Amino acid sequence: MTEQRRPSPYPQTHPQTPVEPHPEAPDAPPGPGRRGFLGWVLAGPTLAVAAPLIAASTGGDPAGAVIPSLPEPADLFDLGDLQDLAALPTSHLVKVTIGADGTASFALPRAEVGQGITTSTAMLIAEELDLPLDRVEVTLADARPELLFNQLTGGSNTTRSTYDAVRGAAALARARLLDAAAKEWGVARSQLTTKDGVVHGPGGRSAGYGELTAKAASSTIVRTQVSLKPRSAFSVIGTPRNRVDALAAVTGRKQYTLDHDVPGALPTMICRPPTINGTPKAVRNRAAVLAMPGITDVAMISTGVAVRGRTFGQCIDAVRALDVEWNRGTEDGKSDDDVLAELRKAELPLLVPKVSLLAKTVEGSFTFRFRSNSPLETGSAIADVRDDGIEVWSCLKVPIAFAEQVAQKYHLPVSQVTVHVTQGGGSFGRHLFSDAALEAVEASKAFGKPVKLMWHRTDDFRQGRTHPMATSRVRATYLLGNVLTYEQRHTSISTDFRHGLGEMLTAMAAKLPGGDYTFAQSIFMLTSNVSYDYGVTDQLLNEVDGGFNTGSMRNIYSPDVCTAQELITDQLAKVARSNPYAFRRKFVKHARGRAVLDKVAQVGNWGRAMPAGTAQGIALHNEYKGWCACLVEIDCRPQTVQREVRDGWTGPRVTKVVFAVDVGLVINPTGLVAQMQGGIMDGIAQTLTSSLHLKDGAFLEGSWDNYFYTRQWNVPPDVQVIVMPSTSDRPGGAGEFGVAASMAAVACAYARATGHVPTEFPINHAQPLGFEPLPTVPPIPPSPTDGLDHAF
Amino acid sequence: MPTHTFLLNGKRVSVDVADDVRLLWVLRDLLGVTGPKYGCGLEVCKACTSHINGKAFNPCAVPVGQLNEDDEITTIEGLPATVGRELHPMQEAWLEADVAQCGYCQPGQIMAAVAKVRQKGGALTDADFDEIRNICRCGTYARIREAINQGASRM
Repeated sequence: MTEQRRPSPYPQTHPQTPVEPHPEAPDAPPGPGRRGFLGWVLAGPTLAVAAPLIAASTGGDPAGAVIPSLPEPADLFDLGDLQDLAALPTSHLVKVTIGADGTASFALPRAEVGQGITTSTAMLIAEELDLPLDRVEVTLADARPELLFNQLTGGSNTTRSTYDAVRGAAALARARLLDAAAKEWGVARSQLTTKDGVVHGPGGRSAGYGELTAKAASSTIVRTQVSLKPRSAFSVIGTPRNRVDALAAVTGRKQYTLDHDVPGALPTMICRPPTINGTPKAVRNRAAVLAMPGITDVAMISTGVAVRGRTFGQCIDAVRALDVEWNRGTEDGKSDDDVLAELRKAELPLLVPKVSLLAKTVEGSFTFRFRSNSPLETGSAIADVRDDGIEVWSCLKVPIAFAEQVAQKYHLPVSQVTVHVTQGGGSFGRHLFSDAALEAVEASKAFGKPVKLMWHRTDDFRQGRTHPMATSRVRATYLLGNVLTYEQRHTSISTDFRHGLGEMLTAMAAKLPGGDYTFAQSIFMLTSNVSYDYGVTDQLLNEVDGGFNTGSMRNIYSPDVCTAQELITDQLAKVARSNPYAFRRKFVKHARGRAVLDKVAQVGNWGRAMPAGTAQGIALHNEYKGWCACLVEIDCRPQTVQREVRDGWTGPRVTKVVFAVDVGLVINPTGLVAQMQGGIMDGIAQTLTSSLHLKDGAFLEGSWDNYFYTRQWNVPPDVQVIVMPSTSDRPGGAGEFGVAASMAAVACAYARATGHVPTEFPINHAQPLGFEPLPTVPPIPPSPTDGLDHAF
Repeated sequence: MPTHTFLLNGKRVSVDVADDVRLLWVLRDLLGVTGPKYGCGLEVCKACTSHINGKAFNPCAVPVGQLNEDDEITTIEGLPATVGRELHPMQEAWLEADVAQCGYCQPGQIMAAVAKVRQKGGALTDADFDEIRNICRCGTYARIREAINQGASRM
């Protein structure tokens, strides 16, 4: 296993390149290239500074404030820009405080679900404050209703949308500390420097931030202005840093929702219906279940029957014992083929292109099955509903929308709903919604007691959200060295955007490109584009059937749209008598795209001779203001495909991945590499192994041995991620960025290795089921009892 | 209600609970030891992997009544003490490779890795890795592989 190092993604320690002390600039107005930044010094005993979350920069208009016209809006103005823009008029303050111990503290109004934003945010603060990274503490802010759209984690947007504000607040703090030292020592601020949390002055004088913080504090709110460091002076941003929560993670001390100890919040689980979105009608044996060992409460709630008990194990037993009469679900009787037929019926027609009769047409129609966005931590929340208010602990990416929903439902002012955002055990789209938290509130209300609610794994697959099934049809025409037209019609089971992003879009609707599109169509336009100069391009979305619990899954449409696009691109290359790399290189829209293609082709030794049944595949993706390319090698030979692993799915194996990523400005290469590695594992799973099978209104998968996400036996032995040098002054997105190119490259490699272009994803979906489905009544299986027999 | 006594991270503990309650819930819900995580309760995801008498096992699949009073249970919290250090070499390797993303599966991954390396007597081959069934939904597998073999070289 190797990783390309540029620079070394994770050195053994963090060797700090010797950096000159940060000299203080004279108090002149910011010149070109120095972004001026307005903020406030808050009143308090120690230094606290605040900055608007979206910077009211004096250095020019914020990125993306100009909305371009069609076509190809995502090229210029994408989903992240929309999120940036939506935050502008309502932005409020984020605060950095300096403690008497010299540490800086910051409560990030976002959710950390593994994507590394607490680390990258701490780096931004360390950079501007000249403070060692381990003396910056970043926690997750409770729901702050005044932030409105400014507390939504999604769309790989955190760093893009907070980059200026976080640095600005830290720079304000540093300036104020300098002022305090200058006053104390009776010297000019320009004679002072800062390094490693210490202000240095003439004659060898020095003072730590902790000594200065009380002197730097203010008894009134003061408006002030500072300049941000120019990129050339960065000594933290762009350097490889390990995660700030790594030690907590490897020692078991990192606290997720269920690890919080809230007095009286006993384990609580839900008995769920046998089909999707069924509802409870009656409980036939409530008294008997209440009498079971450890069980304290049983009550019907809107989604099922809640049980509360001394241990989750006893709740599992109680859920299994419940005898419930159910109302029908929203998709009763439907199976995969019925849904596919619905999609086919809703497909918008491809146009007959007005091109020369001599042009060659390349067409394809691809199906993408339901996939689960379940993270490893199942849905979980702690809720305490009292007369004087409601308190909730959960990993929520849109905590404000949740707080407002709860306040409205229980007729409380939103100020009486306290939402603590907890660390998430993964998200992949799941935590955009508050399903478990809403249930916890309902159960706590019904019981009149605090609850610690946990979804069972089987429920998480069967009743939890899924990435919607979709089809993508593509038609392209080619003549004499040019692609004349490219049309794509993406048809999907509707994606649920009722988590805050929808409201954001409503508010912004008048400003959206086109103006009159639905939420989904708008998001499709803002996230989808064609990476190549393919003449007249036209991509459209249509959605049907709102009866499924859907959501994004580490991207919304992009991986599927990209996979269809890249498979068709390989077909175009064939028509052009070119090869997949050379063809992409010729048609790619941007030099940044060409650079990542060249990099993977060179490092991955594109075109090397390979045995029959194995092949390389190459793909390109452009989103979040970034470009990435992926080259994979796949082995589809029988001896590989037929490898036996107990209760596992083997199949074709990706043996090598070379991935090059250009995100504009790199904040933390170590974290960026990690996100790409994760995206690669998702891409492999989505092309080869992972899907949900719908049968008679229920999904069959109920365990990780049914839902074949990438496991060790599917992992490529050789994964290399190359971080391209920064190409911009602004960071792009990372969390979701690795999936699309990886998924597409694996599909392209599979087509080249087998000579058969796959049209359904994952490719194993139509093969005989690789597991025996668990029953739907009772809804969850018992835990095994033979664990000691398998000890190793 | 029966009383169950066993050794947990070097200390003798006793707990009153029915025999059939799985050890995972005894650890998490009754003893407040939260390093072992719930990911399925089906002995599939392996997020709760801990050690019994030095061997990896899944407490979600062991009724507490099956434990003897001399059984030594080690969770991630007790792993460093088994080598008399602040951190086990496998944990150090994990930090150096910056493996964790969300971190939820990582205690189980580390406990499985330590046992698998002990079982194989050193660095793991590709075939050995196939025997590690722990899920990482963030997809940190590449760094897990690197960390395991780094850690193995120091165990």
